[in-house]
Amino acid sequence: MHNVQRRVGMTFSLCMALIFISGQVFAAAKEVKIGFALSMTGGGAAYGATQKNGIQLAVDEINAAAGSEGIKIVPVFEDDASLPQQGINVFNKFINADKVSLIIGPTLSNTAQVTDRIAQQAGMPVLAVSNTAKGITEIGDCIFRDSLTEMVVIPNTIKVAKEKLGVHKVAVFYGNDDAFTKGGYDAFKQAIADAGLEVLTEQTFAKGDRDFSPQLTQIKSKNPDAIIVSALVEEASGIVSQARQLGIAATVPIIGGNGFNSPALLKNAGEAAEGVMMGASWNASSSLPLNKKFVAAFTARCGNPPDQFAAQAYAGVYIAYEALKKAGSDHKAIQSALGQIKDLDTVLGKFSFTSGRDAEHTPVVQVVKGGKFAVFGE
Amino acid sequence: MDLLAQQLINGLFIGSVYGLFAVGYTLVFGVLDILNLAHAAVFTLGGLLALWLVETGGLSIWLAFPVSVLCCGILGLLLDRVAFVPLRQRADSNFSGLISSIAMAIIFESAALGLFGARTVRFPAHTVPVHIWRWGGISITSLQVEIVAISLLLMVALTQFLNRARAGKAIRAVAENDRTSRLLGIHVDGIIAFTFFISSALGGAAGILFGLYFDSLSPDMGRSIELKGLAVIILGGMGSIPGAILGGLAFGLSEVLTVAITGTSNLRDAVAFTVLFAVLILRPSGLLGRKKMREA
Repeated sequence: MHNVQRRVGMTFSLCMALIFISGQVFAAAKEVKIGFALSMTGGGAAYGATQKNGIQLAVDEINAAAGSEGIKIVPVFEDDASLPQQGINVFNKFINADKVSLIIGPTLSNTAQVTDRIAQQAGMPVLAVSNTAKGITEIGDCIFRDSLTEMVVIPNTIKVAKEKLGVHKVAVFYGNDDAFTKGGYDAFKQAIADAGLEVLTEQTFAKGDRDFSPQLTQIKSKNPDAIIVSALVEEASGIVSQARQLGIAATVPIIGGNGFNSPALLKNAGEAAEGVMMGASWNASSSLPLNKKFVAAFTARCGNPPDQFAAQAYAGVYIAYEALKKAGSDHKAIQSALGQIKDLDTVLGKFSFTSGRDAEHTPVVQVVKGGKFAVFGE
Repeated sequence: MDLLAQQLINGLFIGSVYGLFAVGYTLVFGVLDILNLAHAAVFTLGGLLALWLVETGGLSIWLAFPVSVLCCGILGLLLDRVAFVPLRQRADSNFSGLISSIAMAIIFESAALGLFGARTVRFPAHTVPVHIWRWGGISITSLQVEIVAISLLLMVALTQFLNRARAGKAIRAVAENDRTSRLLGIHVDGIIAFTFFISSALGGAAGILFGLYFDSLSPDMGRSIELKGLAVIILGGMGSIPGAILGGLAFGLSEVLTVAITGTSNLRDAVAFTVLFAVLILRPSGLLGRKKMREA
C-alpha cells in the first residue's frame, strides 16, 4: 500500500517535471492564429488557389525561422465560395469560434464590401490582399489593404510615359458602359490632367463591340504620341491588334489599365501586343533580392512562377507578422501596430500604410517585350 | 480626305461581311417566307469549327474553310429536318417554325459553349499571312481584300447559280409557288433542304471571315450580328439577294460613319435602325424589294 503510494507520488512529480521542462522548451514560441478567407471555389477560384500557395509559403518560412523566441503562425483556411453570403459565415466563424487574432482576405472586393463591416463591428483587424475596389478601407479603422488601387497605379504609369517616352499629346479610348472601364477612365483622366498632358480626342466603345476601326481611324488622324485605353482584356486584345493593322505605328505606345494585366492579352493580341504598357503593383522580373528569393522558392514549390495575387498574399502574411511580433494577440494593439508599419521590406518593395490604411509602395510599369510582361526600363 | 477614305473602306469591309451573312438569311426567307433565327448560331459554329480545325486539327485555313463551310451546310440540313419539316404541314407553320428555329439557336449556342468553352478565343497568329498596304494615310490589309473578295465571289456565284443552274431555277420556282412547283414535278422538299444547305454554308463562311478579321470568337458572337442581319434584309428588300448585298454595305457604312462622327459607338445601332425606319416609311418593300404582286 505504502509502496504504491510512493510510486504514484514519484510518477506524479516526474510528470510535473516533464511538463515543466517541455514548457520551458516549447512555450516560448508563441502561437498566433490568422484566419484566411479565400475564394477556393466559384468565380474567384483561380485567384484563391494562387493566393493560398503564396500564403502557405510565407507561413512555412516564418514558422521555420521562429525558433524558440519568435512567434508561430497557425493558419486557419476557409473557403468563401466567391459568395458574400458564404463570406459572412466564414468571418463569423473566425471571430466567434476560432477567435483568430487577424483575418486576411477575402479574395473578392464584392465579398469584402459585406464581410469587412462584420469585422469592423467586432473590432477584428482585417488585411485585404487583393481588393482594389473603392471604399473598402473606408468601411472602418480595422480594415487595411496591401493591394494598390488603380488610383495609385495609373498616375504612376502616366508619369513614367511622360518622363521616359516624351508623351505629351494623347488620345483616350474607353468603354463607357462598364463600371470597371469607366472607373479606369476616371483615374486616367485625373492623372492626365495632373501630368499636364493634352487630350486630342476621346472615343468610346460599348461592351461586346468587336469592330474598333472607326474610332481608331479617327484617333490615327490626330497623330497622338500615345493611345490611352481603359478596357477589359477581351476588348483590349481587339483594340491593340486593330490599331496596328490600321497602320498606327508601333512607336505610338498603347497604355492600358489593370484590365490589360492578363496573359490573355499576350495570347489574343499576339505580336501586336509588343510595346503595350500598363501599370501593375508587382512584376515577377523585379530585381529586388527579396523578390528573387520569393520567385525562386515559389516556383520550386508550386511548379509555376507566382503571379501578382500570390505576391500580394505572400507580402500580406509578412506585413501581418510584423504587426503580430510587436502587438501579440490583442486586436486593438495589432490594429495600431499595423498602422505604424513604415518602409517595411517586402516582395512588393518598401511598404507602408497610408493614413487611410491603404497600400503605399512604388508601383511598376510593365511593357510587353518578346511576348512577356517585363518591367519598363529594365 | 485620307480620313474619309479610310472610314469608307472600314465601312465597305464590315458591310460585305454583313451582306454575306444576310444573303443566307434572305435566301431562306425568300423560299419559305420563314425567318430562320438559328442562322446566327450557325454563323458562330462556322467560325468556331474552323478555329478548331486549324488549332487542334492542324489544317491550313485554306482547307479548314471549305470543310467548315460544308459542315455548316450539313448543319443547315439538320436544322431543316428537325425544326422545320415536322411543322410544314401545320396550318400556322410560319409562326411555329420561327419559334422552333429559336430553340435550335439555343441548342447550337449551348453546343458551342459546351464544345469550345465560354472564353473569347482567336485564330493562331499567321493563320493567314497578312500584308498591310499603305497609300498616304490609308491602309488596307491583304486579309481585308481577301475577305471582301471571298464575300463578293460567293454572292456572285450564288446569283449566277440561282439564275442559270437547274437547281437554282428550281429554288426560284419553289419560292414563287411551291404547289405549282410540285405539280410541275419539282421535288419541293429536296429543294427546301438544299436551300437550307446553301444558306447555312454561307452563314458559316461569314462566321469564319468575321472571326478571322476581328480575332475574337466566342459562343455569343452571333448575337451581335443577328439583329443586324435582320435589319439588312429588311433594308434591302425581303427575299432579294442583290438587296441583301446592297443593304449590308449600306448598313456597314452607316455604322462606321456614325461612330466616326460621334466618337462613340453607343449611337451606332440607333442611327442604323433609324435609317432602316426611314427607308421602311418611304419604301415599304425595301431598297430593291418588289411589291408583292399577289398574295399566295
